[in-house]
Amino acid sequence: MATEALRAPATTPAKPPRRRGGGIRGNENIAGWLFVAPVIVILGLFLLLPILMALWVSLTDWNGQGSPFTGDVPFVGGDNYTRLFADDGLDRRDFMTSIRNNMYYVGIVVPVQTALALGLALVVNNRMLKGKGFFRSAFYFPSVTSSVAISVVFLFLFANSGAVNRLLGLLGINGPEWFADSRGVLHLLLGAVGVDTPPGALTSGGPFGLTWWDWLAGPSVAMVSIISLVIWTTSGTFMLMFLAALQNVPVALDEASTLDGATRWQRFRHVTLPLIKPTMFLVLTLGLIGSWQVFDQVYVMSQGDPAKTTLTPAYLSYRTAFRDFDYGSGAAISFVLFLIIILLTLLQRRVMADRDEPRRARWWRRRVPEGS
Amino acid sequence: MAVLTDRPAAPVTRRADRGPRARVNRILGYAVLIAFGLVFLYPFVIQLGNSLKTEPDAAANPLSPIPDALTLAGFERIFAGTNFPLWLGNSLLVTVLVTLGRVFFDSLAGYALARLRFRGRAGLFAAVIAVMAVPGVVLLIPKFLVLKQLGLYDSYAGLVVPLLADAAGVFIMKQFFESVPVSVEEAARIDGAGVFRTFWSVVLPMARPALITLTILSFQGSWNEFPHSLVSVQDPHLFTLPRGLADLVSGSLGKGTQYPLKLGAALLATIPVAVLFMVFQRYFVRGANEGADKG
Repeated sequence: MATEALRAPATTPAKPPRRRGGGIRGNENIAGWLFVAPVIVILGLFLLLPILMALWVSLTDWNGQGSPFTGDVPFVGGDNYTRLFADDGLDRRDFMTSIRNNMYYVGIVVPVQTALALGLALVVNNRMLKGKGFFRSAFYFPSVTSSVAISVVFLFLFANSGAVNRLLGLLGINGPEWFADSRGVLHLLLGAVGVDTPPGALTSGGPFGLTWWDWLAGPSVAMVSIISLVIWTTSGTFMLMFLAALQNVPVALDEASTLDGATRWQRFRHVTLPLIKPTMFLVLTLGLIGSWQVFDQVYVMSQGDPAKTTLTPAYLSYRTAFRDFDYGSGAAISFVLFLIIILLTLLQRRVMADRDEPRRARWWRRRVPEGS
Repeated sequence: MAVLTDRPAAPVTRRADRGPRARVNRILGYAVLIAFGLVFLYPFVIQLGNSLKTEPDAAANPLSPIPDALTLAGFERIFAGTNFPLWLGNSLLVTVLVTLGRVFFDSLAGYALARLRFRGRAGLFAAVIAVMAVPGVVLLIPKFLVLKQLGLYDSYAGLVVPLLADAAGVFIMKQFFESVPVSVEEAARIDGAGVFRTFWSVVLPMARPALITLTILSFQGSWNEFPHSLVSVQDPHLFTLPRGLADLVSGSLGKGTQYPLKLGAALLATIPVAVLFMVFQRYFVRGANEGADKG
């Protein structure tokens, strides 16, 4: 029944009332399944089945030897999960540190890449400038290259006597040892205004085994270099998305508002921005999903060092499983990460749907506009 | 501006093109473009320049793109001192197989989802959309588990088979096939062609733009693929370029600087995609915006 209903709209334009029942239709039924079979088998085997298997492994203590599905593997129930959230210990501290690192990472990467992508798209979309095609390609080029190869280049740029520090030196700034400096940026800022030792209230306790002082460290100097790499690589893709949206903004609308005396900022705020809102939310959603998955760059550039300040859940999960052979914990971390990403995506969708339909206004509606 | 109100809209922009204010705006626009153009391209210039330097020169003048003394020593060591040729061969093999597989399987499924009427089609399409939303990185351990169970771990099959189909590709092909007029297929059917025949010799040739997009995206995706090769093989003989490169930098070989060597290897790994990008730019752009549709 559901298929009947959904089938109709897709085919209405050109489908004549032809051949009903048996013959060709029956044929199509078999052919249809044969056509999709390879994709179903591959995605089923390497996407859906793995998720179920990992769910099982996250409830065990499997160490990688033999099969995780024999009776010999100890079943530990939710232990792997409680060790991440409730039990005081190294596992929880590492996990929470990785969550903290990734929160700062997301908090900087998503807004900056979105703003930069939009800014570049606005400039590239400017009708009065020539040679835009070249610059559009230049901005997009890093996005299509290998994340591993790019990480190698950035390791060189951010080396102690590398290009970045040379540039800073030209400005009279003594650059840090990027990949050896585990100090949090917020701590450094506080240090600059003379707050070197944390107030007692912040060191004495805090949620999930990290002190408030630790939670409030900000991204480490090392993390900042990874952040700049990622913003540099992703902005190009999002710029293209914004550009496609901007090109759908009718020129007449812009001109009409100019005639009405709107300033450039007013036109952007009240004409352009509302029209590209769907793209804005798409970019934010993709940004959120992507930045909770940061892995390649961490693997190549820092492996979680220095002092675990570039550890992220994705990398921690990999390391726990494949280096410490604790597959149960590793799988549990993946599932928590999975939930975080799904939750954020659903939240985004919710906010987006909400904005499209003003009638479904709810409590969060009032809070959203300030942020955008 | 007030003077212009009696005129139609078009001249407004033309008038706005002139005048000192517009000139300042234009200069500002170019300044922004050039500044960011440098930010986005200069790292590649530095990479090229330093891969042709001697090691002390690269360490001493990292910012300069011009080598003191041009040397190919870095590249010689890439080919003589590392497994680069092996990685290159593996990467080529994996990329070609994965690209062929994706283009074929994704088109088949895309066509079925767009045109063939079969039971469960709507549910299947919903599943494809849902699968696109599964974050890849959380699948690292699960994929390893399945490959082990199937006995594909540490084999070429393990590197290739799991990547042979992708949901986003199915989506792109489905979108395209829906835009092909049905009348073409009907003519073929009336002439007695079967479903596969109609697909293969009538519809597929018409899908060339979509096929090129998918080919390019698949090539680029599998050429750059890193996490999958990390969990599907362990044997250094099966390393692909990104895996070998990562090993070169952060693995046992990674200590010590050897910048010309590393930058050169990274450069060689980037060249195929760079050339592809320069030749087929618009297909990359289409791919990026195709991705935009899926949300």
